[in-house]
Amino acid sequence: MIDNFNILLPEIFLTLSILTVLMIGVFTKNSFNLVSKLSLIIILLSIFILLNNETSSIKVFSESFIRNAFTTFIKILILISSFFVLNSSQQFIKDNKIDKFEYPIIILLSILGMFFMVSSNDLIIFYLGLELQSLSLYILAAIDRDNLRSTESGIKYFILSALSSGLLLYGCSLLYGFTGSTNFDIIAQELNSENTGAVFAMVFILVGLAFKISVVPFHMWTPDVYEGSPTSVTSFFAVAPKVAGLAVLIRFMQTPFENILIEWQTIIIFLAVASMILGAVAAIGQKNIKRLMAYSSIGHMGYALAGVATGNISGYSSSIFYICIYVVMNIGAFACIYLMRVDNKYKEGINDLSGISKKHPLLAFSFLIILFSLAGIPPLGGFFAKFYIFMSVIENEMYTLAIIGLLSTVISAFYYLKIIKIIYFDETINKFDENRNISITSTIFISCVILVTFFLYPALLNDLVNSIFI
Amino acid sequence: MNFPILSSVIFLPLLGSFFILLSRSQNNNQGAIYVSLFTSLANLVLSLFLWYVFDNAETEFQFVEEKNWISGFIKFKLGVDGISILFIVLTALITPICIISCINSIKTRIKEFLILILILETFMIGVFCSLDLVVFYIFFEAGLIPMFLIIGVWGGPKRVYSAFKFFLFTLLGSVLMLVAIIAIYWITGTTDVVQIYEIKIPKEYQYLLWLAFFSSFAVKMPMWPVHTWLPDAHVEAPTAGSVILAAILLKMAGYGFLRFSIPMFPVASEYFIPLIYSLSVIAIIYTSLIALMQDDMKKLIAYSSVAHMGFVTLGIFTFTQQGMEGSIFQMLSHGVISAALFLCVGVVYDRVHSRLISSYGGLANYLPKYSLVFIIFVLGGLGLPGTSGFLGEFLILVGVFKKSYIVAMLASLGVILGAAYMLWLAKRVIFGETHNEIIKTIKDLNLSEGTILTILAIIMIFFGFYPQPLIDTISTSVNHLINNYQIDLIYHLKVNNL
Repeated sequence: MIDNFNILLPEIFLTLSILTVLMIGVFTKNSFNLVSKLSLIIILLSIFILLNNETSSIKVFSESFIRNAFTTFIKILILISSFFVLNSSQQFIKDNKIDKFEYPIIILLSILGMFFMVSSNDLIIFYLGLELQSLSLYILAAIDRDNLRSTESGIKYFILSALSSGLLLYGCSLLYGFTGSTNFDIIAQELNSENTGAVFAMVFILVGLAFKISVVPFHMWTPDVYEGSPTSVTSFFAVAPKVAGLAVLIRFMQTPFENILIEWQTIIIFLAVASMILGAVAAIGQKNIKRLMAYSSIGHMGYALAGVATGNISGYSSSIFYICIYVVMNIGAFACIYLMRVDNKYKEGINDLSGISKKHPLLAFSFLIILFSLAGIPPLGGFFAKFYIFMSVIENEMYTLAIIGLLSTVISAFYYLKIIKIIYFDETINKFDENRNISITSTIFISCVILVTFFLYPALLNDLVNSIFI
Repeated sequence: MNFPILSSVIFLPLLGSFFILLSRSQNNNQGAIYVSLFTSLANLVLSLFLWYVFDNAETEFQFVEEKNWISGFIKFKLGVDGISILFIVLTALITPICIISCINSIKTRIKEFLILILILETFMIGVFCSLDLVVFYIFFEAGLIPMFLIIGVWGGPKRVYSAFKFFLFTLLGSVLMLVAIIAIYWITGTTDVVQIYEIKIPKEYQYLLWLAFFSSFAVKMPMWPVHTWLPDAHVEAPTAGSVILAAILLKMAGYGFLRFSIPMFPVASEYFIPLIYSLSVIAIIYTSLIALMQDDMKKLIAYSSVAHMGFVTLGIFTFTQQGMEGSIFQMLSHGVISAALFLCVGVVYDRVHSRLISSYGGLANYLPKYSLVFIIFVLGGLGLPGTSGFLGEFLILVGVFKKSYIVAMLASLGVILGAAYMLWLAKRVIFGETHNEIIKTIKDLNLSEGTILTILAIIMIFFGFYPQPLIDTISTSVNHLINNYQIDLIYHLKVNNL
């Protein structure tokens, strides 16, 4: 029994430290600084614990909780991305007076939810993890409670997300009804394509998951929530929940639904194609950079799904590869957005970037790298991410998917180029405040260095990602 | 030889651009200019040395470097043969010329400009050296980034439109090539070009793969009807940008046909000859006629480039020794002549700030030296015997005559049209009355402009009279290419009959 707890050590550690930090937050005044520092330390310690943990595959607590290399990798990725997001958003949070001590704690809670979600081997654990994550995210979206747009986005997110959770729960109950178990392994044994009810259940569950990772046609909340929430929250939305959602999708394809892969694949291909196209086309007319990032992330999730759609290990690992690079690019992009500050007011319009290359050459150059990488132009990291996706897509002879995907790359290149045009070719209208915040600049620096030097040794990440599926 | 000479040629400019980044922006960026000039000249010397030690009789790839890159499936493989080595020399020659020219023409952010030029040089040489499809694709595409910025930041009034058009056209063509590259990997199990030559891709795949590569090269070449980005990009780009675009970037596509399309897909190449011929002939005649009607000097030269590239594709797809040698020679000579013509336009543009032909006239009276070089290059551009322009066109026409009389006749019409628009350009710019008062006040060529134009003129005339060194280098590889091509065709024919 005590061994079983060992397996859960990262989760237990996280839970206990959340409770401790919550107490500290309650009993000290103006404790945001202290709590957020502690939270960063907790995140680092959790990474440390995960790294030290064994990664052999094991199922505990009546096989309802699984730990293997895949879940460990995903958890570390979630923690690293949350660390950078939280670290670089400190100043933004203070400037916007949302520096409540609950903020980092809620982020930790949502990470805890993601942990359980990723590690679940049972529908109930999965649903609980998902809800813990979602509830934390609703609060985060509305954290700036005196701001109309923030509260609006929180409510919008809550209503739509609750609906999707309902659908998902309905799917879970159907699945239980048809297979008689909530355990993934047993479900996998019981299911086959002739089981029409199971296909229904699968569709409902897929809708719920698609909503969480915001792929078309369940993306409607994304632009509004991205735009309305404070930028620090948006940047969190853009990375960690996406990683967790994609990982869960892969877990579902690998275990409970492995026997009805064909039905499942058709829907995923549709979702991928629709997201790639909509992400590319709808972003063109955007004037708000956060809204644009929302559409961009819809498009990127489409590419990641294209890898999942192949339904085999090489496809899954290319998706995880993609999401790793996506996280690096998005963290960098949002760190750049934090620097768009004129007279202590944060700007969000794309036109506010006009001509900044003259006044802020370094910021402009970093943005240039990140945008070209998002567009997938070689030799930057984003290209390799797309390259691996299309490698596995074409390996499975899904040529149409590959061609549609690459053509939408060209369309999406247009709006990334538009931002670059505004930064480099247009006249200067704004001068951003001098910002020597080391945590933001170092985040931008790290993400740019990763993207630029990625071509030197792409095998590193590739081998790592391949190894987690064994 | 163990010294990685090709990697040095590729990455030396990149190293130089790092040093420029570190240099201080004082004294009109003198430091940056010297560093970039030094790096590019060193690279020129290195590439000339490469040509010197290159063995003309050898048919295999030379100076091959191979490193594991993406474990197990993609190798970073470099190597040159007689087809590619001269393009490396051309690139290394044009880059210092661009750097010298931009001292006069670029007024703002010169440091960034030089960095971009050097990065671009790295990518361009990389394209000509790479022997792996993925490595080639990466270099091929990466060149878009610096060129996009060069046009967009330092370009003329319609620069944004042109830069976007350039970028999106090229990208659209290339993504299909990426699909084809990945498909080739799954068909043959490798992206190493030399191995793919051996493996022989099955016939049924060849047609679609050929078309995918064609879509990329046709845009880059540019062939009619996807040439429309070129005039816009040329007109709006700064002088150095136009020079690089015309002299080197356009050559990547011709090189791509020779290196990839023909040896990898011989059956499809044979099959699509009518397509190539018709597009090339249309390009030659149609764009020559358009060039006649231009009132913008840069646009005129841009359209003439499209026509000249039409000759190149025609020559490549004759699959004869003369035609292919002529095409390579034509590409090299066009690289020098079009670069020189754009530089000439740049010289007067810096002084008068107009590219319109109508704002010039009678330059011969006021700028004698300039008029002399301009006339020399115009004559080179129309292919006067004794200039390198003549030889390329002549060899191509010889090759085409073997294949088809009608095509050769139509293409010859292009030569006449070429003479017409070029001479008319010279007549309107150099001779006649001077209406524009500014022209009477401007100065003749200064030292740096005079030097680079003289060097280019000497190269053009020298190789016009004595093309042997170039032909020697080219011919073995071309011969090898044609032999393999015919062997492959017979092989596929046999496989089909079995």
